[in-house]
Amino acid sequence: MSTTPNIDAPKFKTESYEVLVVGAGGAGMRAALALTQEGHRVAMISKVFPTRSHTVAAQGGINAALGNVTSDDWSWHMYDTIKGSDYLGDQDAIEFMCQQASEIVRELDHFGVPFSRLENGKIYQRAFGGQSQNFGEQQAYRTCAAADRTGHAILHSLYQQNIRLGTTIYEEYYALDLIFDQQGEVAGLMVMNIHNGEYSILQSRHILLATGGAGQIFRNNTNASINTGDGLGMVLRAGLPLQDMEFWQFHPTGVAGKGMLISEAARGEGGVLRNALGEPFMQNYAPKVKDLASRDVVARAIATEVQQGRGCGPEGDFVLLDLTHLDTDTIKQRLPGIRDISLTFLGVDPVEQPIPTFPTCHYMMGGIPTNLNGQVVCPDSQGKQTPVKGLFAVGECACVSVHGANRLGGNSLLDILVFGRQAAKTISQQLQTEQGQPNLNNLSLDDLELSGVRKRIQRWQSKTSYQEENLHSLKQKMQRSMERGCGVFRNQQSMQHALQELEQLETSLQQVNLRDHGKVFNLERLAAYELENLMAIAKATVHSALARTESRGAHSRIDFQQRDDTHWLKHSLYFSAGDRLVYKSVNLSPNQHAPFTPKARVY
Amino acid sequence: MEFIISRYNPETDSEPYDQHYHLPDAEITADMMLLNALQKIRELDPGLSFRSSCQEGVCGSDGMNVNGQNHLSCITPLSSLSTPVKIKPLPGLPIIKDLIIDMSLFYQHYKEIDPFLQATSLNPDREHLQTPQQRSELDGSYECILCGCCSTSCPSFWWNPDQFLGPAALLAAQRFVVDSRDIMPIERLKSLDDPMKTFRCRHIQNCTAACPKGLNPSRAIQSLKARILSHD
Repeated sequence: MSTTPNIDAPKFKTESYEVLVVGAGGAGMRAALALTQEGHRVAMISKVFPTRSHTVAAQGGINAALGNVTSDDWSWHMYDTIKGSDYLGDQDAIEFMCQQASEIVRELDHFGVPFSRLENGKIYQRAFGGQSQNFGEQQAYRTCAAADRTGHAILHSLYQQNIRLGTTIYEEYYALDLIFDQQGEVAGLMVMNIHNGEYSILQSRHILLATGGAGQIFRNNTNASINTGDGLGMVLRAGLPLQDMEFWQFHPTGVAGKGMLISEAARGEGGVLRNALGEPFMQNYAPKVKDLASRDVVARAIATEVQQGRGCGPEGDFVLLDLTHLDTDTIKQRLPGIRDISLTFLGVDPVEQPIPTFPTCHYMMGGIPTNLNGQVVCPDSQGKQTPVKGLFAVGECACVSVHGANRLGGNSLLDILVFGRQAAKTISQQLQTEQGQPNLNNLSLDDLELSGVRKRIQRWQSKTSYQEENLHSLKQKMQRSMERGCGVFRNQQSMQHALQELEQLETSLQQVNLRDHGKVFNLERLAAYELENLMAIAKATVHSALARTESRGAHSRIDFQQRDDTHWLKHSLYFSAGDRLVYKSVNLSPNQHAPFTPKARVY
Repeated sequence: MEFIISRYNPETDSEPYDQHYHLPDAEITADMMLLNALQKIRELDPGLSFRSSCQEGVCGSDGMNVNGQNHLSCITPLSSLSTPVKIKPLPGLPIIKDLIIDMSLFYQHYKEIDPFLQATSLNPDREHLQTPQQRSELDGSYECILCGCCSTSCPSFWWNPDQFLGPAALLAAQRFVVDSRDIMPIERLKSLDDPMKTFRCRHIQNCTAACPKGLNPSRAIQSLKARILSHD
């Protein structure tokens, strides 16, 4: 039954698809490839041309227990990942990911990824942090690499395979919000064509979010400017929770003062961190594996060296990553990308001089809660985790959780591909089961709940001028608040202060208006939508972090320095309405392997 | 520091015009990239449009013509540029707004060369073997970021943008022709054997001079032509 349409409300063009994939990074692209291959009517929506997605910047590699260099086993990889996660990772999900890894990598080779090679022709694998053989013994060589451009190689190959199959891609379209029907079921997506500012509705009963991370909430980060957590914002606005948002990875070796990533591969190939005294200080923090400890451990060690006055440079605010003892050919062949970055942004050739580095925000361990099949889950009235029909999430925007409180290097590219493929399989199966049922698409606009997104669109059309603030300065203030309040080390006071600042900034964001009202490539309008998402994510982060009174993985509190398994071996779920937090248990029951019980984490 | 930026808004302008901007010296630091200056200008004038994403030269979003040469703004040091810095969109393709061009034709040419590996069927238990020597054949071509700096610096592309594939697409073609895992190299060469698609290249080598990643599309095209001729 239709009601009288509101004559003032803008009309929206609509199109309908069996599946929508939001985001064209590695996760979205792997999923779209599988769905197109199965013959489904799928559209991938991306706010940038696909190969501009941030997977392109991943450097070091992708983990799989191929055993090409040292003997290896998926269960060793599983153990390392669980230990790396500080036991917050779900063991069933980690088991699944590690089991799938070898096939996923061979598939990539088949898709054309130009992996570096060993003399015997097999895929090159390098040492990376937190990886061992035989459950904590010698260093494992598990990270499959295409020089130090593995993300670029994978993203381009996946795009190429999508070209081969003719996947439908909406390039430079921005996804604003999920649309539900009047019964509350997933029904589509509101998108804006960036080229002409026109809004339209893409209808679908299956939506896969693969929108990536949100490192832009911090001032210094390795992330692209597009990493604004759009999918997370959509999910919060839909009344669904975000999981484990207190856990952000600070990569130990960002370019000091700037943030660009210097891959862990630099240490995997033999690089050593040194303080102002020239000491290889990691031996004091991780006596056994030294520079190849987990990232949270190395980031804290660097921050501690600097805090205790052993930092380098006139301000004493960084440490040095020393590769000068490495063979020049190793640097040129295995690390050409980071050599470029160092030369371009610092004028330093790592062949001759060490690279100034400092921890920088790199990765979001938390995200949209999902199950192993990529289905978004939410607790029902009894607290039971229940799939949200038709809604899926994979990759950095999702939290399965395979990274727990700290992600291992080389597991992110693996995560996006394993769960991108798995979510596509799930959707495909659902579509096959639904065949023959009445077509649920092609609802009329009156059947859709559009009031929220309409309000949002109209809000940014307001032309009243508000002089005190602008979007750019609000974003910078938010990033500084997060850096000061919720960085490598946190405490109650620093986070409380950040929260107050965020609340003020949020009020200002509600008042500020655009200065540019053009339709074509209005990037200020885009920045406004993005900042709404970032602000919501920053708040989710601080609320979740304030509540967790322990230190675990990347969440490191000065006022609660110990891990507290009795009270905190559980996932946080944050709802934006009332800034409410609930908790859910960590899965400690893998399907095949015996569980790994939490123990002290020493490297 | 002075900047002259080409502006064009299809909603209000009939053709592009130059706009002057000034950034006070106090705002310029020795290690700033052109992108940082553009971001500061955009703080003053939020209507100024340019694409940008990774800010470290790997995503290929921010190609633009700077003082007559094509560059990525994020890895072009301000200190390397003479003032006033004249910034225009990449030449030869339609302008959408300001520094943003319509790259459809560029992408279409890329798609025309079948830019995807065609290998023997997948064996989930074993990767295709490729020696380091065979793999090294791909060095210098797989690293392309599709920024368009090369093709839009090429006079042959300016003259025949609809028919000449341009250096980026041909570099990609070379990447698959020399990949030991690909089973279609002969078919690839045959489809490239065309006076317009490939042989329109006159070895002016602007492409190689323009490539911000230091790749050599010109040499790749020479190699393609030689392979095509030897298969004739």
